Amino acid sequence: MLSALFALVLGASQGGGDRPIVIASKPFAESYILAEMFAQLLEARGLRVDRRPGFGATELAFAALRTGAVDVYPEYTGTGLTAILHEKPAVSAAAAFQRVSVEFRSRYGIRWLPPLGFENTYAIAVRRSTSDSLGLRTLSDLVKAAPHLRAGLTPDFIGRADGLPGIQGAYGIRFADVRALGPAIKYQALAASQVDVIDGYSTDGLIVRYDLVVLTDDKHFFPPYEAAAVVSRRLATENPRAIAALGELSGRLDPSAMRALNKRVEVDGVPVTVVARDALRALSLIDVARQTVADERSSTGLVSYLASQRATLARLTARHVELVVLSLVAAILIALPLGLLLERSARRAEAVIRGVGLLQTLPGIALLAFMIPLLGIGVRPALVALVLYSLYPIVRNTFTGVRDADPAAVSAARALGMTDAQILREVRLPLAAPVIMAGIRTAAVIDVGTATLAAFIGAGGLGEPIVAGLALSDTRMVLSGAIPAALLALVVDGALALVERWTRPGGL
Amino acid sequence: MAAGDSAMGGATTGAALSAKDIHKQFGDVVALDGVTVDAESGGCLALVGESGSGKTTLLRCFNRLVEPDRGEIRLGDTDVASADPVMLRRHIGYVPQDGGLLPHWRVARNVELVLRLRGDRDAPERARRALVLVGLDADKFAHRWPRELSGGQRQRVALARALAAEPTVLLLDEPFGALDAITRSELQDAFAALRARLSTSCVLVTHDLHEAMLLATRIAVMRAGRVEQCSAPAALASNPATPYVRMLLQRARIEQPVAT
Repeated sequence: MLSALFALVLGASQGGGDRPIVIASKPFAESYILAEMFAQLLEARGLRVDRRPGFGATELAFAALRTGAVDVYPEYTGTGLTAILHEKPAVSAAAAFQRVSVEFRSRYGIRWLPPLGFENTYAIAVRRSTSDSLGLRTLSDLVKAAPHLRAGLTPDFIGRADGLPGIQGAYGIRFADVRALGPAIKYQALAASQVDVIDGYSTDGLIVRYDLVVLTDDKHFFPPYEAAAVVSRRLATENPRAIAALGELSGRLDPSAMRALNKRVEVDGVPVTVVARDALRALSLIDVARQTVADERSSTGLVSYLASQRATLARLTARHVELVVLSLVAAILIALPLGLLLERSARRAEAVIRGVGLLQTLPGIALLAFMIPLLGIGVRPALVALVLYSLYPIVRNTFTGVRDADPAAVSAARALGMTDAQILREVRLPLAAPVIMAGIRTAAVIDVGTATLAAFIGAGGLGEPIVAGLALSDTRMVLSGAIPAALLALVVDGALALVERWTRPGGL
Repeated sequence: MAAGDSAMGGATTGAALSAKDIHKQFGDVVALDGVTVDAESGGCLALVGESGSGKTTLLRCFNRLVEPDRGEIRLGDTDVASADPVMLRRHIGYVPQDGGLLPHWRVARNVELVLRLRGDRDAPERARRALVLVGLDADKFAHRWPRELSGGQRQRVALARALAAEPTVLLLDEPFGALDAITRSELQDAFAALRARLSTSCVLVTHDLHEAMLLATRIAVMRAGRVEQCSAPAALASNPATPYVRMLLQRARIEQPVAT
């Protein structure tokens, strides 16, 4: 039943043999821009591409590349070295590239194309006022001031050997407080003085926008990270045209050019597609006769923005609804019988239900990363994750609803000669219906929110503009996903309220 | 199997009932410790005792909601241990203290419950007659929800539900215990009148010796899982077998003939 359900969805998404080149990115502006440049370049060379930007983390993008679900995405040599190979940072850019290209090829069959030409490394930034008042210029200066400063760092940075633990070791920096902040909000948090120090990338356009001071890495701790296209084994072996096309970008982007591109997207709000196209044209890699896309950020309001995006939003909403409906139906088909089964052996029930509850606490990215090798990317792993996240409220409510159904009525029904099956069907289930429906409603509303996770794994849905908008500092784009998602939650809840009224037996 | 039809006689004759040397233990707790009681066909056996005396456990042995560890229970010619429990229960009426009406079913559907379980095609008609029998206006009450009934009405419906299929044995577990004094007395009168018309044998659990005296043809006084005395009401009053029975009678201020 379930597999049939999934087959229904996947049949459509797994088309025939000659599939397009799947291009992914990670969820920050530079990665979006580079991925879009790859895509436009390949299209200009007559190749079909499938854009899946905004993968939630390095592990997700890499897992997808390794399994061949993704063909190419932009990565950094330092990240490859430390986050994937779990090695110490290299001493030089050349050494880093040398190491990753050899190791990735032998271990995973993955190819690093020659670097794009710019380095991007971690940058520790403070407000200009902080820098002035405390006399901070270098990371060594930070050692004395750090115990009075609050740091807002990306979770990635906090955990990585070449991140916070590294600078603690190399410089002895100890902050008064370290908070995990998403890449999208750390600049705002710093600007609003919620934190005093953040980590960033040296090519971030937002460093310019917020007039921040980047502290010099005077001990040269941060390894040089060169950006390059990483390419799946399949693409590398089967599609030399694509490799040649992507190779045209090698060595063509210098740091200032990249920073300018980031600034156009992050600060000026120019769409990624436009920035990528202009960049390729400036490099004489493509030849665009006429511009059809509206260029700079139009000064129109949110409403007209939503109107201009309505075709895209309709498609994303449809996908979102599809994810929610399918995962909810599957969750009901699993959780309802499970809840009924558990009612029969109450001793085991608590343990099982707690186990199902633990699923709820699994971080979405970890769950998705775990599933990529089994299920690839796109709708399938997203659906499985959503089903797992939806089980708990339904199992819990089914179990307690059926168990606690009016004990006097249940015992009278037994005493008058109803069989256990009749009692379950005609007494317990109807009496538990409102409680079960409440569980389903809870699951559905949570599901609408959680389904935004699908964007982390290239499955689309309303999470796509949310993730991209956060990465690109584009509030309108975030709202264009968040508002329909919120409305959808209301609609789903309202619809299920009607179902609840309809399933509620009379007399209660 | 047709537990009632063959084994318990016709619909108009109640079965004689007996429990012999019943033992039941729940974990370490001895609930019934060698209980023997009986009542004649068409009689009403009252099980009287305090909470924990074992009276409800014994009642529940009659329709196999509780399985005794040892001992034999007979309804007419049937050894209940040999009957299919579910079929057995469909031939034994049951009235719990709180009525136990199914809250999501209207009164009529509740009263039809056993009839439908037995596949009776005349269920609606017989249910109406049962409502009338217990003194309720069928037209007025058939379509009400249980929550729309008073406590007394609820117990009448429960009684109608238990009687609708004309069982040979009726089990009542403190059926009037939760009612106010006036309603209780009304229901007791109604029950006495019903008993006069029907020949159904009854087992009535009560903690109220007055009620037992009023309604029963035999009374079994139970204490700590044992029967202190099982005899006709008059004999119990005139000749208490144990100091405990004597004390109960005194507490209930039931006159004892002066010994001569």
